[in-house]
Amino acid sequence: MTALLEMRNITKTFPGVKALDNVSLSVREGEIHAICGENGAGKSTLMKVLSGVYPAGSYDGEIVYDGQTAEFDGIRDSEDHGIIIIHQELALVPLLSIAENIFLGNERASNGVVNWRETFRQTEGLLAKVGLREAPGTKVDSLGVGKQQLVEIAKALSKDVRLLILDEPTAALSEADSQALLDLLLELKGQGVTSIIISHKLNEVRRVADSVTVIRDGATISTIDARGGDLTEDRIVRDMVGRDMAHRYPDRERRAGEVVFEVKDWNVWHPEHADRQVIRDLSMNVRAGEVVGIAGLMGSGRTELAMSIFGRSYGRNISGQAVMRGQPVDLSAVDKAIAAGLAYVTEDRKTLGLILEETIRRNTILANLDGVANRGVVDESRETEVAEKYRKVMNIRTPSVFQKVMNLSGGNQQKVVLAKWLFTEPEVLILDEPTRGIDVGAKYEIYSIINDLSAAGKAVIMISSEMPELLGMCDRIYVMNEGSFVGELQAEDASQESIMSLIVRE
Amino acid sequence: MEQTERAPGIGIGAYIARHIREYGLLFALIAIMAFFQIVTGGTLLRPVNITNLFLQNSYIIIMALGMLLVIVGGNIDLSVGSVMGFIGALAAVMIVSWKLPVGVAMVTCLIVGMLIGAVQGYFVAYWKIPSFIVTLAGMLVFRGLSLWLLAGQSIGPFPRSFQSLSTGFIPDLFGADKPNVVALAVGVAAVLVLVWLALRNRARNMRYGIEDEPWGLFVLRNAIVSIALLFVTWKLAWFRGLPNVLLSMVILTVIYVFITERTTLGRRIYAVGGNAKAAKLSGIRTERLTFLTFVNMGLLAALAGLVFAARLNTATPKAGFAVELDVIAAVFIGGASMAGGSGKIVGAVVGAFIMGVMNNGMSILGIGIDYQQVIKGLVLLAAVFFDVYNKNKEG
Repeated sequence: MTALLEMRNITKTFPGVKALDNVSLSVREGEIHAICGENGAGKSTLMKVLSGVYPAGSYDGEIVYDGQTAEFDGIRDSEDHGIIIIHQELALVPLLSIAENIFLGNERASNGVVNWRETFRQTEGLLAKVGLREAPGTKVDSLGVGKQQLVEIAKALSKDVRLLILDEPTAALSEADSQALLDLLLELKGQGVTSIIISHKLNEVRRVADSVTVIRDGATISTIDARGGDLTEDRIVRDMVGRDMAHRYPDRERRAGEVVFEVKDWNVWHPEHADRQVIRDLSMNVRAGEVVGIAGLMGSGRTELAMSIFGRSYGRNISGQAVMRGQPVDLSAVDKAIAAGLAYVTEDRKTLGLILEETIRRNTILANLDGVANRGVVDESRETEVAEKYRKVMNIRTPSVFQKVMNLSGGNQQKVVLAKWLFTEPEVLILDEPTRGIDVGAKYEIYSIINDLSAAGKAVIMISSEMPELLGMCDRIYVMNEGSFVGELQAEDASQESIMSLIVRE
Repeated sequence: MEQTERAPGIGIGAYIARHIREYGLLFALIAIMAFFQIVTGGTLLRPVNITNLFLQNSYIIIMALGMLLVIVGGNIDLSVGSVMGFIGALAAVMIVSWKLPVGVAMVTCLIVGMLIGAVQGYFVAYWKIPSFIVTLAGMLVFRGLSLWLLAGQSIGPFPRSFQSLSTGFIPDLFGADKPNVVALAVGVAAVLVLVWLALRNRARNMRYGIEDEPWGLFVLRNAIVSIALLFVTWKLAWFRGLPNVLLSMVILTVIYVFITERTTLGRRIYAVGGNAKAAKLSGIRTERLTFLTFVNMGLLAALAGLVFAARLNTATPKAGFAVELDVIAAVFIGGASMAGGSGKIVGAVVGAFIMGVMNNGMSILGIGIDYQQVIKGLVLLAAVFFDVYNKNKEG
């Protein structure tokens, strides 16, 4: 097989930073090529160079595509050559139909008049190709993320894609949807489509990739041929973080104490559909120094449970009792929940956790402004000291706490969210997908922080879609399905199989 | 001109480039003033005209303070012009027709203003109706109500005590004729306080390694502001001294700068505008804050209504017509973002002055109201374009 794409010695500098330093990438025709690297390693920059977002001339190096030197000037240009990127944040218009989205900007039309019959006919063909059984007229916002992802791929296919680039395609997908997507990639490969997949999920990389390029700190570290059989997750991780990681999870000592927080007979109804019960007769507890996991599929109601507890931020007609250290507590508003010693680290840090346009300093003190103020007047020096303290404690990598958080990588943003909650000095932390979308190295740091917290006697409730993470971190795991707990496992009895079988048995 | 969050250690050129927006605003005001000073043949900066500048623009500046908070909170208030006119009418009816004591009438008017803000804020904050719609309704309602109150007539004149709210001057305690010693003393004191605050702030920021404004620039900037202040008070001192309304404006501005930059209340409003969902999940009562920004806006619109009626010495059905647009324009020229979460009081005040100087200068030149509107519109667009352009370059 010959190379479809050769990127040679690409160097891209921004004012003050060398984002890419002599990166080379070679993708063979008809293969699935994975790019791995920590957040901030330069993967997206590389893809932006490839797709012409950074046009020829703004970088050094050479791109050879399909045997010719390519100088793309904008996405439109690279798309005309069959290079199509599907970004992590999907670029669909929610209120338009599948068919309209697929042919958006590329309408089946003559003289500006859309030929709807043709549009729908071709859409049906494309949907069949990606295995999505939905009517072409269905509005995109009624589809789940997994199906939306398929619509994106169908859209790419409509443009005669030769090189499909997927940026973290499964980050927001459930296990089943992820598998389906990976199967689709393999199928497309059979049809001659070459793909580049950027992913943090190494098991997926191992499953589909023919070769893997690892990028670290803006430089190519290695290119591994997966067909030779020398591709192991450990090898990739080692290249990504630049050190051996014998353990994916830090060791932790178990020392669960008294029950700190309890929820009894918790019932929650859907905020809009009043007849739909989201949480049903649920009871749980967590002890000091304990890490309790909540496992379950997407849509099982884990986030809804957490948010309904945390100041009734979700749902209506909430009933049940919350007990903190043996005393019933009022959690009817977020500020009351915080005062009672609760903290909730959201799964969606960008829209629910941070003010992206604000600085690290301002975000750090957001949930406890009174902690840096005297009678309503903010003491800016204390504010800076607090932010500096957490920057050091959490090892937030930034030139200064006066950086806007939007400039930080996912892992560092997550540390700012954690810092914000630690500054409220909570007794119980609810962590909802605390490592979603962050790289291996940062994950390890977050795990270590969680362990430190539990060692300090905090009670931690950890919600996660990644079962290995729960198994590696938790002392005890509740298994959730359709709004109720269907099982409770001690760490030593828990395995991916035992959790799945509890979910499936229902 | 304003303290922003910054990283240490860069040169003067790079520093100005990074803070081009703030310096640009100050520079634009100076340039516009210099321009009109020249083309009006020196009329612009004559003592009587400087006094007029303050009197004419006081109500815009007062409302810009409230509008900034509303816009920072992620909303807009289109009703302020109508509310201002309505309150002026209400004051006229109470004072002139019903012969109520001036103090009672003024307090009542301010309370009514807050109530109006409260009603609008209630719908925006607790029913999540877009502020554009709620206040558009308010704009129509209060425009109609002031017509009804005045029965289409103008009501006036007001008693002397009410007029002094707007056209009075601080008496000269020393009895000297000209220059007015009190005005000069206040000007010098203000400069000393400003310089002292700036030095203290700089020293503190240095300690935390966050101050990087080059020393030369710091001196130059403060020198310009100080000289401008002294110049203005000197001029005022040669006319009739400090206008009452200037003093209240300065006091209000200082209060609102303090609220926005130093209090938890102010910080929370910025947080709500920056990301309401994140703010709410951080324990901030977002609805109540939105509500408060509208109550505050109503209060300031009422105050502006009183000041405006006192200056004209009559309440007319046309009072406040389209004024909301000048107020909103001032806030956006001053660098606030439509999306909420950013913007500064000082910026809004300077923005209001830029609008004011242009209005005044163009009127002196005898430029028709038609061209004035066109020019003001273009200046607004240019200011916001400048903002967006710089932001894109940054990203």
